[in-house]
Amino acid sequence: MTEPSNPSARKAQLAKRYRAERRFRAYGIAAISTAGLILFFLMGSILLSSLPAFTQHYVTLDIDITERHVDTQDLANSDWRALARNALRAQFPEVSGRKEKRALGKLLSIGSSDDVRDYVTANPSSLGTSIRLPLTLSDDIDLLLKGVIDRDLPENERVVSNQDLAWLDRLLDEDRISRQFATRIFTNGDSREPELAGLRGALVGSLWTLLVTLLASFPLGVMAAIYLEEIAPKNRLTQIIEVNINNLAAVPSIVFGLLGLAVFINFFGMPRSAPLVGGLVLALMTLPRIIIPTRAAFAAIPPSIREAAMGVGASRLQVIMHHVLPLAMPGILTGTIIGLAQAAGETAPLLMIGMMAFIVDLPTDVTAKATVLPAQIYMWANNPERAFMARTSAGIVVLLSLLLMVNATAIYFRKRFEKRW
Amino acid sequence: MSDNPQNKVKIEARDVQVFYGEAQALHGIDLDLNANEVTALIGPSGCGKSTFLRCINRMNDVIDGCRVAGTITIDGQDVYSPEIDVVELRARVGMVFQKPNPFPKSIYDNVAYGPRIHGLAQSREQLDHIVESSLKRAGLWAEVRDRLSASGTSLSGGQQQRLCIARAIAVSPDVVLMDEPCSALDPIATAVIEELMEELRKDYTIVIVTHSMQQAARISQRTAYFHLGNVVEHGATQQIFTNPKNQQTEAYISGKIG
Repeated sequence: MTEPSNPSARKAQLAKRYRAERRFRAYGIAAISTAGLILFFLMGSILLSSLPAFTQHYVTLDIDITERHVDTQDLANSDWRALARNALRAQFPEVSGRKEKRALGKLLSIGSSDDVRDYVTANPSSLGTSIRLPLTLSDDIDLLLKGVIDRDLPENERVVSNQDLAWLDRLLDEDRISRQFATRIFTNGDSREPELAGLRGALVGSLWTLLVTLLASFPLGVMAAIYLEEIAPKNRLTQIIEVNINNLAAVPSIVFGLLGLAVFINFFGMPRSAPLVGGLVLALMTLPRIIIPTRAAFAAIPPSIREAAMGVGASRLQVIMHHVLPLAMPGILTGTIIGLAQAAGETAPLLMIGMMAFIVDLPTDVTAKATVLPAQIYMWANNPERAFMARTSAGIVVLLSLLLMVNATAIYFRKRFEKRW
Repeated sequence: MSDNPQNKVKIEARDVQVFYGEAQALHGIDLDLNANEVTALIGPSGCGKSTFLRCINRMNDVIDGCRVAGTITIDGQDVYSPEIDVVELRARVGMVFQKPNPFPKSIYDNVAYGPRIHGLAQSREQLDHIVESSLKRAGLWAEVRDRLSASGTSLSGGQQQRLCIARAIAVSPDVVLMDEPCSALDPIATAVIEELMEELRKDYTIVIVTHSMQQAARISQRTAYFHLGNVVEHGATQQIFTNPKNQQTEAYISGKIG
């Protein structure tokens, strides 16, 4: 009936079908390439703008470690800044006025005093001698050297004055300027100075927070899923619970933050800005994201395995612990890791409990004040200094690499523990 | 041999009714199953023979909304009485399923699993012995003795089914229930398993559900014909296949209905 008997009409119909199939394929390819292109440009632009943050310019100066500025009893409170500034002034003996001296000193970052301090602390024998040391330059000078700030702009439109430029050129001529990998971005906590601001505080904060999230949500989520899928009778009540768990996964995350503020902080009196509260809030958010894939993993185990175990007289607990749970493990782990990765990138709920905060010190435990990576990125993005732009992108790159690593772990676990039957 | 009077009744079913929610699947089954015999349950699809089989070791318990009325006794003991522990019951009444379902574990662990959870072996040597003798009785030992640590799922379909039989008899049950054990197998593997059943009959009471008339005729001593949740006819296999008393039975085994 559907096949026309006429051979030429049949041929035409066949050609039409082939065309339609080719078109459909082309749509698919177009869709995927568009998505790929957008992702490529997004990643490319973030990577590109993050690059300046991973290097830092230094000026190599000869520093006299005079005892006048160094208190051997209290190295931390010695006047390292004066040492660094004097070393720079020694290069420009003609600079005399108070204002000019100040301007010259501003070529150096405040962090240059740390450079001197760290060196002397590590080499106490250098006291009283003259050392050669690369000192951190300020963020604006660093950006100018990287070409982010255009030196050809009229003076009133750029943050670096003509005089600064002249000094800098002399230092360049004397070959004292060097560019090195910016280790501070990984070793420092937050700072108001972009060249000193690092991600370590946020990384440690994220780690503590996620640890609390994992410890709270994994056992609860897996037990809830086992009960609902394997033990609970399928009735009206469990159906309502199931629907509500699915709904919970769709609740906007800021709502969990408000809940955390009201319950954990105001009612239970837990500390503000602490990974403990942040982790618990994220655990609430992650729970449905663990329960749902865990239940799916259980449901995907063929009933024949359960029957086989029951057939040889395994009890319900034995069926679950010996057969179903091990087979469901890859799915459970994958769900948990992806749930945690989502929690790691969450900002909104932490806003409500004070984890969006300028915190310089590294958090030492789950009750210390801390911030997390995405919050750090957001705060850097709000800073006016230009150098924070690159810092922001660098933060994004670090966060994304972390998430990629976590997802790779999930894939590894799935492949490693997956069993076929 | 077909109707040996000295074989005593092992399983007695009286007025067994099964409901799945509102639907009634079995309408009062009365059936006696003899020890050391193979009893074949035949009948068209949906007639309740598998349901009845699963009542004997209470596998229906796990189905939501399934209700069983009437009594089934094994050696005079009511299977559904509250004193019966269902786990012990299933250790006494082994089961082989339609689709071979070895655990995704090694061949050794497949067979050793039952004895392990029931504490049947005191030592590693004893466990080895149970595994070996079970695999020998299931006729699989010669084929797998060199690769006991290979996965049970790496075996062929027929081998898998024999592994499942070895797993069932490893816990030394009295009764072995088989739910269409050969439906997924080719004729050669089927023949091997049929031979096996003849051998196993000496020690066990075997109840088998099958769709193959020839198989029922070849291996069973007694046959029960199920239709729409009732036992229409029950008797010696020879008599059922050569001289059925009921018209429905005759129509079914001669291929007119079903």
